[in-house]
Amino acid sequence: MKWLRNNWDQVLTALGEHIVISFTSLAIAFALSLAIGIWAARNDRVFRWSIAVSGLLYTIPTLAFLALLIPIVGLGKSNAIICMVAFSLMIMIRNVATGIREVPADVVDAARGMGMRPVEILTRIELPLALPVIVAGLRIATVTVISVAVVAAYVNAGGLGTLIFNGISNDFAPKIWVGALTSCALAVAADFCLASLEGRLRHRTD
Amino acid sequence: MLLLEAWQFIVDHPQRFFGALSTHVALSAAALGLAIAIALPVGILIADRHRAALIAISAANIGRTLPSLAVLAVAMPILGTGFVPSLFALTLLALPPILINTCTAMRQVDPDIVDAARGMGMTRTQIVRKVELPIATPVIFAGIRTAAVQVVSGAVLAAYIGGGGLGDFITAGIAMMALPQLLVGAIPATLLSIGTDRLFGHLQKVLTPAGMRTR
Repeated sequence: MKWLRNNWDQVLTALGEHIVISFTSLAIAFALSLAIGIWAARNDRVFRWSIAVSGLLYTIPTLAFLALLIPIVGLGKSNAIICMVAFSLMIMIRNVATGIREVPADVVDAARGMGMRPVEILTRIELPLALPVIVAGLRIATVTVISVAVVAAYVNAGGLGTLIFNGISNDFAPKIWVGALTSCALAVAADFCLASLEGRLRHRTD
Repeated sequence: MLLLEAWQFIVDHPQRFFGALSTHVALSAAALGLAIAIALPVGILIADRHRAALIAISAANIGRTLPSLAVLAVAMPILGTGFVPSLFALTLLALPPILINTCTAMRQVDPDIVDAARGMGMTRTQIVRKVELPIATPVIFAGIRTAAVQVVSGAVLAAYIGGGGLGDFITAGIAMMALPQLLVGAIPATLLSIGTDRLFGHLQKVLTPAGMRTR
């Protein structure tokens, strides 16, 4: 506790870095998944292939993934971000695609009957109705990304993992505790916030 | 080129490689076995106790969000370094998916079916063993599969707290920036993890009772 009192600025910096790389990765992954997911919702073959490929990426152990990227992109934030994006793709593509597919066909039909163009149907009917499922995917992806970001400190990406690794290599328990508990708290808090958002959206669309 | 050098490393140090591989497999198998031995009976027992199930599932949900490395790292100040602390942490990581899936699968069994079984004169244990468990098997196995992949991936991180395994090559490779050595850890770990996923996917299909298979 004494260590925390004297070094809280260091912890805050690490927390800030952690949030920034997690958020960046999520934003990239979200944009990609939205595009692929919309395509996959309309095309069975794209759906199967994108899930198979992103599912394979999802199975690779975090540290192995980071390590495999080193010969290609070296150490640093870009390595970590590529890895984090890859890990969230499967979850979000699946949820975007199934969310859109679950929109009742007669609702889409009615929209078409009202003279809506395909783009309007997508943005004003399908995406809003799929939103709870998409947010559910975003929630799992967020927790995953926060967890991966802890490991990413090992390839010099910064964040809360830095505290943990320093603590392990110097055999200094307070740093391990602070790094581990802060990252756990961040994950639980993010999960809670997105869960309540998801709940509210479900309530609205029901 | 790099791949060739990595292969050469394995050929030159077969004992180190297979030692690490077997530690990795042993650590993962032990953690998964322990987690199944704990979560499966607990999940079955609390499934029909509404409050207990709710508490256990909420706790497991929080457990599922915790970063693997954080759980492993915390094992170190408490239990020290080595195989046992890694085993403890990995078991902890494997518990939530199995517990959640067992509990929800048992609760989702159609009450009419249980009623019919009771009407046929089955005892409580017979109902669990012959009716509820077979019906719940696919979902329980989905949980075990998730846990298995998580444990194999998590075991790579065990290298940080002296648990051994394939992660040793990765951490040493990064520390010395020896790329071939890094691949000696990373590629087999990836294959092991993908193989585990496939294996359990297959088991899930085989163990699903014939009457419940979708195809």
